[in-house]
Amino acid sequence: MSTPDFASLTTGDIVAEREFELTRDRLVRYAGASGDFNPIHYRDDIAASVGLPGVLAHGMLTMGIAASVATDWLGVAGSVRDVQSRFTRPVPVDAVDGARLTVTATVGAVDTDARTARIDLKVTFDGATVLGKAQLVAAFA
Amino acid sequence: MVNPEIQGRVYPSTAPYLVGREKVREFARAVFSASPLHHDAEAARAAGFADVVAPPTFAVVVQEATLAQLLADDDAGVDFSRVVHGDQRFTYTRPIVAGDELTATLTITAVKQLGGHSMVTASSSVVDALGEHVVTAASTLVVRAAEEETA
Repeated sequence: MSTPDFASLTTGDIVAEREFELTRDRLVRYAGASGDFNPIHYRDDIAASVGLPGVLAHGMLTMGIAASVATDWLGVAGSVRDVQSRFTRPVPVDAVDGARLTVTATVGAVDTDARTARIDLKVTFDGATVLGKAQLVAAFA
Repeated sequence: MVNPEIQGRVYPSTAPYLVGREKVREFARAVFSASPLHHDAEAARAAGFADVVAPPTFAVVVQEATLAQLLADDDAGVDFSRVVHGDQRFTYTRPIVAGDELTATLTITAVKQLGGHSMVTASSSVVDALGEHVVTAASTLVVRAAEEETA
């Protein structure tokens, strides 16, 4: 594992960027892993009946993916103190075409006394940001 | 409408949840994380952990049992079909690792009414088998008004 060096972190630096293809089977996999079996995440008829634009990705899946970008970058250099997000836009996942997410992790703030760094997580789908105030605070060893 | 009197209510602690190594791996795969810390017990031990480390949003699995208590509380008046997840936060004292036996206690920290909608802030404190704090999982649930309430 490559490990980031705390001393070299600079506010505003992009530390990781990844693209993800969400497909229906990924939603089912997350449902099983998390225990969230709300049918709006795998049944078109139920999603439509409650007025949604389609089957949606779990907000917690999107947040979890964003956190993974930060923690895969962090590796063994530190541990997560805090992770938070608002769910501001739904992510419809088409049965055939899926949905493509882009996650960008940027250094939002560095506290050299506490040896913590705030990583801001921007998740975009279809040209728009889907999470609000998505950020993770890592404490470095 | 959500009963405003549930603000401050503390629910009974959940039954202990034993964190399994395969469950951690399954969750990590589901959130697209390939970090050896989540998958390889030897790598996790080399980094100073007792076993594989759970991804930070894994705590939702333990929190879920507490939110089920809220939804099952008829006195609270939270209609699951009208619930939208507004925000989520996890604040850790230490990471969750496989082998942890976790117990969660839900406190309703706020109930606000906004234009017929209700905003419920639910905070679940998760402790290990020794009773020491591991993580607090906090959610804001937006309970949309029934049609007759918005009129």
